[in-house]
Amino acid sequence: MSPALLSALLTTAHVAVLLGAVLTAAAYLVWFERKLLARMQLRLGPNRAGWAGLLQPLADVIKLLCKEDVIPAAADRTVYRLAPALTALSAILAFAVIPLGEPVQLFGLEHQLVISDLSVGALFLLGLSSLSVYGVTLGGFASSSKYALLGALRALAQMISYELPLGLSLAPVFLLAGSLSLSDIVRAQADFPFAVLCPVSFVLFVIGALAEARRTPFDLPEAESELVAGYHTEYSGMRFGLYFVGEYLNMLVLGSMGTVFFWGGWLGPGLPGPLWFALKVGLFCFVFVWVRATLPRLRYDQLMRLNWRWLLPLALINLVLTAAGAWLLRGGV
Amino acid sequence: MKLWRSIRGTLDAFWITLRTLFRRPATIAWPEKRRAPAERFRARIVLTRDPQGKERCVACYLCSAACPVSCISMQSAEAPDGRRYAAWFRINFARCIFCGLCAEACPTRAIQMTPDYEMCRRDPLSLLYEKEDLLIDGPGKDPHYDFYRHAGIGVAAPRGTLPGERPPEDPGSLLP
Ligand code: SF4
Ligand code: SF4
Repeated sequence: MSPALLSALLTTAHVAVLLGAVLTAAAYLVWFERKLLARMQLRLGPNRAGWAGLLQPLADVIKLLCKEDVIPAAADRTVYRLAPALTALSAILAFAVIPLGEPVQLFGLEHQLVISDLSVGALFLLGLSSLSVYGVTLGGFASSSKYALLGALRALAQMISYELPLGLSLAPVFLLAGSLSLSDIVRAQADFPFAVLCPVSFVLFVIGALAEARRTPFDLPEAESELVAGYHTEYSGMRFGLYFVGEYLNMLVLGSMGTVFFWGGWLGPGLPGPLWFALKVGLFCFVFVWVRATLPRLRYDQLMRLNWRWLLPLALINLVLTAAGAWLLRGGV
Repeated sequence: MKLWRSIRGTLDAFWITLRTLFRRPATIAWPEKRRAPAERFRARIVLTRDPQGKERCVACYLCSAACPVSCISMQSAEAPDGRRYAAWFRINFARCIFCGLCAEACPTRAIQMTPDYEMCRRDPLSLLYEKEDLLIDGPGKDPHYDFYRHAGIGVAAPRGTLPGERPPEDPGSLLP
């Protein structure tokens, strides 16, 4: 077999395996969250389907597939149909640039453990996270329901606002790594993870990530107690499922971003790279769930004030200070 | 300082949830583990019998009148000896709210609550309990209570022969 064909086959297999793994991980993240949340509230969590409820995600998927797909009479049908796919798609696409480890030798060929190591991978990720705003907003607008509309409005304002501190919190990392390629950023952390070098950035990133993933305490777009289910109020069946999966995929993406940018990606002693990576992402997911179990939802004005009055100035100051520090350390050319 | 207090208050909460994670859940996993309800738990209703094994209910309609959701219905009848009873007696458990007001209203202690709470059915019609379903063999709570020992006309014994009673005066006689 010619090397070109072999490499094409390898890449195809890589994509298939990654897609399967990521979707399974998202499904089991739901189980993990429900279980963990339950234990933090002195409950048992799902425990009927399979041992310890391990088949629960499967049962949920089957249930969602069998449900009727309702489209409101007044909805904008095309947009309504496409919006959930946009959310899930933008989350899945992100995994194309996330490196899981050093290149490996497979069948005499060097194979990268990332589908495409873009030189602007970090920008690609940030762009996708902006795109996912569209899925949420268009879905909410197209439903022509007041709850969905309110949820979509909130999501729009929130996600656009929190993108700023999220992006700015990453800028010091790019400065220190001197590259936008994710693999290079990981390799730049061989000595110290960036979470140690710029802790303020890390905290800002986690807060921004929570807001981007629309999770408590920033779950205003969904706010069950006020808006039924927010932007996906009108969705049912697998379209709702897509939103749901998209949300958990988003969590995985943000966890992976945190791992790559701040905790040295696949780097770690002993274990193989991808395992370290999965462990770190798992830890991020644990923290996300932990936050959800602990903090109540913010009010809308608190949400905006936190961002514009605290996070954004802090991110700017942090960026300037890190840049100055890095300049001085390199001898202040 | 206010900011410091807010930050500490936020972080404290994380410690509490983390600690709770390692505590034993309070949930009782129902079909495997059943907890015995308290003796006076108010669930499925029964009709009891007096110590002689006769139906206690005298079809006075008091329970039916007391029921806030009107789920008790019956038809009264009278036996040849003058003792009243319910020809049929029906409780619609699909509607009952288990408030216990019927048991409280009953003068004969016939209608009583039991702790058997597992009565979910798919078909609401199967929750219509007739007299045969309600009637039990024993006296339930208050086993010695017998309404006709104290009241009721000429059923337990001829008038004036019960303990603590005097035979009725004969109004035709002029002597005291
Ligand atoms: S328990 Fe309450 S609702 Fe039920 S039959 Fe008795 S009075 Fe009616
Ligand atoms: S159950 Fe009690 S209250 Fe109801 S009709 Fe019979 S005697 Fe009267």
